[in-house]
Amino acid sequence: MKALREFVDKQKPHFEKGGRFEKLQSTFDAFETFLFVPNKVTTSGAHIRDAIDMKRTMIIVVLALIPPLLFGIWNVGYQHFLSHGMTPDFWPMIGFGLLKVLPIIIVSYVTGLAIEFAFAQARGHEVNEGFLVSGMLIPLVMPPDVPLWMVAIATAFAVIIGKEVFGGTGMNILNPALTARAFLFFAYPSEMSGDNVWIAEKADAYSGATPLGNLLVFDVDKLPTDWSMFLGTIPGSIGETSTIAILIGALVLVATGIGSFRIMASVVAGGLVMGLLFNLWGANEYMNIPAYQHLIMGGFAFGTVYMATDPVSAAQTNRGKLFYGFLIGFVAVLIRVFNPAYPEGMMLAILLMNVFAPLIDHYVIQSNVKKRLKRAKAVAA
Amino acid sequence: MSTVTKIKKGLDIKLIGEAEKTIKDLVTDQFAIKPTDFIGVFPKILVKEGDTVKAGTPIFIDKYRDNIVFTSQVSGTIKEIKRGAKRVLLEIRIEADGKDEAIDFKAEDPKTLNRDKVIQKLLDSGIWPFIRQRPYSVIANPADIPKAIFISTFDTAPLAPDNDLIVHGHGNIFQLGLDALSQLTKGKIHLNIDANATHSKVFTNSKGVQINQFSGPHPAGNVGVQINKIDPLNKGEVIWYLYPQDVLTIGRLFATGKYDATRVLALTGSEVLHPAYYKTKVGAAIEPLVKGNVSDTEKRIISGNVLTGTKIELDGYIGFYHSQVTIIPEGNYYELFGWALPGFNKFSISRTFPTFLFKNKRFRLDTNYHGGERALVMTGQYEKVFPFDIYPMQLLKAIMVEDIDLMENLGIYEVDEEDFALCEVIDTSKTNIQEIVRKGLNLMRKEMS
Repeated sequence: MKALREFVDKQKPHFEKGGRFEKLQSTFDAFETFLFVPNKVTTSGAHIRDAIDMKRTMIIVVLALIPPLLFGIWNVGYQHFLSHGMTPDFWPMIGFGLLKVLPIIIVSYVTGLAIEFAFAQARGHEVNEGFLVSGMLIPLVMPPDVPLWMVAIATAFAVIIGKEVFGGTGMNILNPALTARAFLFFAYPSEMSGDNVWIAEKADAYSGATPLGNLLVFDVDKLPTDWSMFLGTIPGSIGETSTIAILIGALVLVATGIGSFRIMASVVAGGLVMGLLFNLWGANEYMNIPAYQHLIMGGFAFGTVYMATDPVSAAQTNRGKLFYGFLIGFVAVLIRVFNPAYPEGMMLAILLMNVFAPLIDHYVIQSNVKKRLKRAKAVAA
Repeated sequence: MSTVTKIKKGLDIKLIGEAEKTIKDLVTDQFAIKPTDFIGVFPKILVKEGDTVKAGTPIFIDKYRDNIVFTSQVSGTIKEIKRGAKRVLLEIRIEADGKDEAIDFKAEDPKTLNRDKVIQKLLDSGIWPFIRQRPYSVIANPADIPKAIFISTFDTAPLAPDNDLIVHGHGNIFQLGLDALSQLTKGKIHLNIDANATHSKVFTNSKGVQINQFSGPHPAGNVGVQINKIDPLNKGEVIWYLYPQDVLTIGRLFATGKYDATRVLALTGSEVLHPAYYKTKVGAAIEPLVKGNVSDTEKRIISGNVLTGTKIELDGYIGFYHSQVTIIPEGNYYELFGWALPGFNKFSISRTFPTFLFKNKRFRLDTNYHGGERALVMTGQYEKVFPFDIYPMQLLKAIMVEDIDLMENLGIYEVDEEDFALCEVIDTSKTNIQEIVRKGLNLMRKEMS
């Protein structure tokens, strides 16, 4: 450790102002702080600080993403072989899955981080850790057969238009990973929807429809069992299929206090309420499916745990989070059932509520302001 | 007795180095007054180096409120007038002569005096600066009539001194101080005690005050929290506040006619070998206090507590308002993969470190930031340790953009930087929140005057 530190200290002057590589200061700082927590001490205010920092926060989220990722890798292989009527051992499935998923992850990270570093450099900022999470989220919401160049431009779009134009991590309005997905969804709809994209290198004769795809044409009979939807052995985006893997991730987020349980619970409540309302209405078969099935199909669980809880694009007040979450669940199921063009409502519901989150906060805060003004008036009177 | 106000949000940070409950005498002849202790005061100096002074001799006044006088706490000679950049007055160092001579302001029963007389006496003797006001936490304006006076008798900050011990045996003086204060307001004097920890009869038998009980974690002992729960401040209102030792100082003025600046302070922190209480006077030099009683590591000496105190050097002096000194290790080291390792010794409220499992563990914390400064990404964190009916992050952002109306609407008059100290400690983005809040308060004060 000492030798490493000495090496870093030796290089440091080259990257500081007046040094040979001063233009690369942000890059150097990113690598240095990756290796070492800085030696900066407090000068004003509280003399002691909590051990948590943005790196710790983000690495916990990445950790929470590992279960759906691992399951996704396996499932990509499993679905592929299943469509060809084969049932190989565990490792060939993992091998095939890795072959498909790893390149997507690498492309996402390399593209995103390159842009992040470039922006940090240009602005003279430190490199933000936010993309560590976005870079993992983006592959997990992609169909397994997505072309890599699409991943690259979607990531670039998300980082530049979704985040950096607003000022970087913490300033963005929309969730960057969902921005990437929405971009592909609208720019290349044939690669992002339909029945042919959810299984990698699918056999042509095999139906690759997701549960949501089945329901869209009212094929309720073809719906997989609850158990396989909960377990995740169904076609879908890489990380979204397994509710149980996502629940493990949710447990990590809630136990560490990084993810907002408030939001997760209210999204689920919103989805259930809308599902039950449809049950009451019951105008078609889609409306009649049990409300809980909405929670284990498509991207609902994934969106609830990893996307809706993004603290930057979510509502910021505690009360606001309840409304925000509830409306996401509510609108997601609404879009699913009502809009034939969008089989999955979760992505659009979250993006929509991202936009409305500041408004929700505004009303929550206004009620606090009004209370204060009323109290002042009562005294003055 | 009255009902107990329960504070639920907050955090008790358990540190190593609590003071042993014995009071020793601190022998020193070095004292100082630091104009920088007084927020918003522009000092105009009245003495020069070599002048002899008595306890109660004016040293400087506030240029813009010239009836507010700051006096010497001891008898002796002015040893040095220390200035900093741009000739800012930093310290007026006084060497005590040990004679304890004091100007006689006359011993009187405050009950026989009217408000103006009481105020004049406090102003003349230099005791007035102990009385501060909310909003802004500046020295109270004698022309104001406060709607109430708040005294917090318990301190919930880490390693804070135990006021029960400090006031023990001074019941009559304390009551005399309260009698004087009761002339200053038409409203109530709120004496706030800890429902579980305050046992001293000095507090519980006080007369002419309303005793309020509080329970819960820090910041339950902060006067700002207590005001918020008992009698919240509205725009245009003023509340005065002070602490038990200040009441004793006022009591002694009326009992003896002298400015007796005796203070008991707690020497605390993990780097102190024998943490204990010391009896000295306001503004004592730190060196004799720590000599031979601290560890060999590189240290941070804090006048006050770890949340709100001021960093002082070894040749520095204890602050005017402080009755605690905390000494903790400096944190100027690099830590390899510190953010990724489990961290079995790290303090965090977040449960991302395994130490959250050990609720009663005491920590030896240093001054390291534990990370780089970032944008405000996480939400809902501050609310966990901020027991006001105020949106802390929104208020903070309003201050950052200097939106006066919004700051006012979000409740800036009700808070002080110390109320945000815990938010600052637990903040993932490592923002210097107290500094921002102070800027906001200063801005409001300027706008409102």
